[in-house]
Amino acid sequence: MARKLSLRDALREAMVEEMRRDETVFLMGEEVAEYDGAYKVSKGMLEEFGPKRVIDTPIAELGFAGIGVGAAMNGLRPIVEFMTWNFAVLAFDQIVNNAAKTLSQSAGQFKCPIVFRGPSGSAGQLAQQHSQMFESWLANVPGLKVISCTDPADAKGLLKSAIRDDDPICVMESELLYGYEDEVPEGEYLVPIGVAAVRRYGDDVTLVSFNKMMLPTLKAAEELAKEGISAEVIDLRTIRPLDIDTIVESVKKTNRLVVIDESWPFAGVSAEIAYRIQKYAFDYLDAPVTRINAADTSLGYAPTFVEEYLPNPEKIIRAVKEVLYVVR
Amino acid sequence: MVAEKKKSPVKKNQPAYSKEQYLQWYELMLRIRRFEERALVAYGQQKVRGFCHVYIGQEAVAAGIESALKPGDAIVTAYRQHGTAIGRGVTTQAAMSELFGKATGIVKGKGGSMHFFLAENKYFGGNGIVGAQIPIGTGIALAEKYKGTDNLCVTMFGDGAARQGALYESFNMAMTWKLPVLYIVENNGYAMGTSVARTSNVQELYKIGNAFDMPSEPVDGMNPESVHEAVSRAAEHIRAGKGPYFLEINTYRYKGHSVSDPARYRSKDEVEEYKGKDPVKTTEEKILRLGLATEAEIQEIKDAIKAEIEAAVKFAEESPYPDASELYTDNYTQKDYPFIRD
Ligand SMILES: Cc1ncc(C[n+]2csc(CCOP(=O)(O)OP(=O)(O)O)c2C)c(N)n1
Ligand SMILES: [Mg+2]
Repeated sequence: MARKLSLRDALREAMVEEMRRDETVFLMGEEVAEYDGAYKVSKGMLEEFGPKRVIDTPIAELGFAGIGVGAAMNGLRPIVEFMTWNFAVLAFDQIVNNAAKTLSQSAGQFKCPIVFRGPSGSAGQLAQQHSQMFESWLANVPGLKVISCTDPADAKGLLKSAIRDDDPICVMESELLYGYEDEVPEGEYLVPIGVAAVRRYGDDVTLVSFNKMMLPTLKAAEELAKEGISAEVIDLRTIRPLDIDTIVESVKKTNRLVVIDESWPFAGVSAEIAYRIQKYAFDYLDAPVTRINAADTSLGYAPTFVEEYLPNPEKIIRAVKEVLYVVR
Repeated sequence: MVAEKKKSPVKKNQPAYSKEQYLQWYELMLRIRRFEERALVAYGQQKVRGFCHVYIGQEAVAAGIESALKPGDAIVTAYRQHGTAIGRGVTTQAAMSELFGKATGIVKGKGGSMHFFLAENKYFGGNGIVGAQIPIGTGIALAEKYKGTDNLCVTMFGDGAARQGALYESFNMAMTWKLPVLYIVENNGYAMGTSVARTSNVQELYKIGNAFDMPSEPVDGMNPESVHEAVSRAAEHIRAGKGPYFLEINTYRYKGHSVSDPARYRSKDEVEEYKGKDPVKTTEEKILRLGLATEAEIQEIKDAIKAEIEAAVKFAEESPYPDASELYTDNYTQKDYPFIRD
């Protein structure tokens, strides 16, 4: 049995179920309790779990991220919500220098089972400081796992897995897609970390994307189908560890790959995928691996900038036709 | 330590300042108020997008600060900045156009509501990361001291920002190095839905200065006179080379945190109480009571501002959006920077 749930409701279900299951899980962040979350992800949780387990913090990202790390080292399983990942930059010291390194530094004596979560990426006309994607920054760090998924069913199952995982995990959501609805199974289930999902099967080209760029990617695949071009669409779901096998398998069939990634191009997720595909599927490629990224710039406020900056179906379709040598 | 307070020279029926000063405060506050009201209408019409945090209720802070500064002084603040920016000399036309995302905006449609800048008037901008401008303002002050000027930097932030670690680091360095920085917390009672009371045991924010032996005091922020007085006193101290000063200016935002916030976390009574002390209204009443202007003169000011704001909207509406190619300008000073364009 499945029902339709929004991404925000699916994420909340994951947290609520895990908090009912495990006393050591708690939620902490700005506006998560009395205000029900800046984007209402934690709506009603204060009521159910009380202020001991649903904790409003002051605006002090570095401090409360570090408090989360300490609590995790000492036997709890914190979920630390950042209002957006743009503000988590203040907390990168604790995420990168402590959460990611605790296990290694202590030679396994201390683990750090913590989830840092919040929306990543652009969300309309919010200008330079509020529009950034952090997947590739975080995925660069050994010791961290990075989930970036907006399909409600998968996001729920992945967040549950993340809360149970003994390693520090960054969960990247999407402000624009919190209201996005899709079918979510009833009852208890987990989605494994590090496994991509094939969202659409096809033979002519492989499209790989994640987070909210899945929407223009699927839209492009639909449009291409009308022109007789059959695209296979892969949703990464997890960025680190990267499920390269699923992509390699697909490319062996389609011989062409376009990566759609809202990260900036330089050393972004798409760059990593392109490297691994040329390494592990070189002989299968009939065209260079191509990517559509956000522009290599800061994102200004005006609507003309947002339009120019982001990947969209037209850009994706054009790239596909390029790798198919339909257009040049 | 609480800086010693001079007895206010204000007598009930005698103006403490010149007629021009009262009218200047009134005009600026009214200009900000009408600008913000019109911006909200434009937001409702989806002509302004993204985040929009208005200054309604807090106008006396901008007005009282500006009148107490001298040319050469700098200001940096947060994203609730339309009022501060207009006080600094950003025209309502350039400000409205920016909100509309147009090429004629104060930063060519690149910044929107949160990020106005005006280098020629040393307005170092609206910052969208809570508390980030506190060390930045401290550094602006360091540069003034370094260059041997007697300028200071007013570094403004909200009560929510006062809980960021950067404040404590900045206060300490500014005090140790005796930097010419005037820290101003605009305490409007809330950081989004979180009241000051819920963020700390220390609710009188000026007391934070005590830990650094920084002269600190609370100020009534619903009145440009009290703000002006306090800022003047602090500026004198700073210009004498004695180092930083901290003012907690108590004020109130009438609207929600941003356009999307219904502000259910506070009572109607509380909002009404502050509206009773409205700085625009009380200043107007005072001007009339003291006979500094006639009803007709006040009406003239109102009409002129109304016309100015309508003209600003018309200008914004008729202006073009920046060309998409502008996405690639102003990322680097290097003109031929090789962007990745694949
Ligand atoms: C580092 C950081 N954390 C969180 C936010 C989200 N945020 C924007 S404004 C705000 C509240 C700030 O309140 P306050 O400092 O009192 O300023 P006010 O809005 O009252 O002017 C929050 C939490 C942010 N912009 N930056
Ligand atoms: Mg505030």
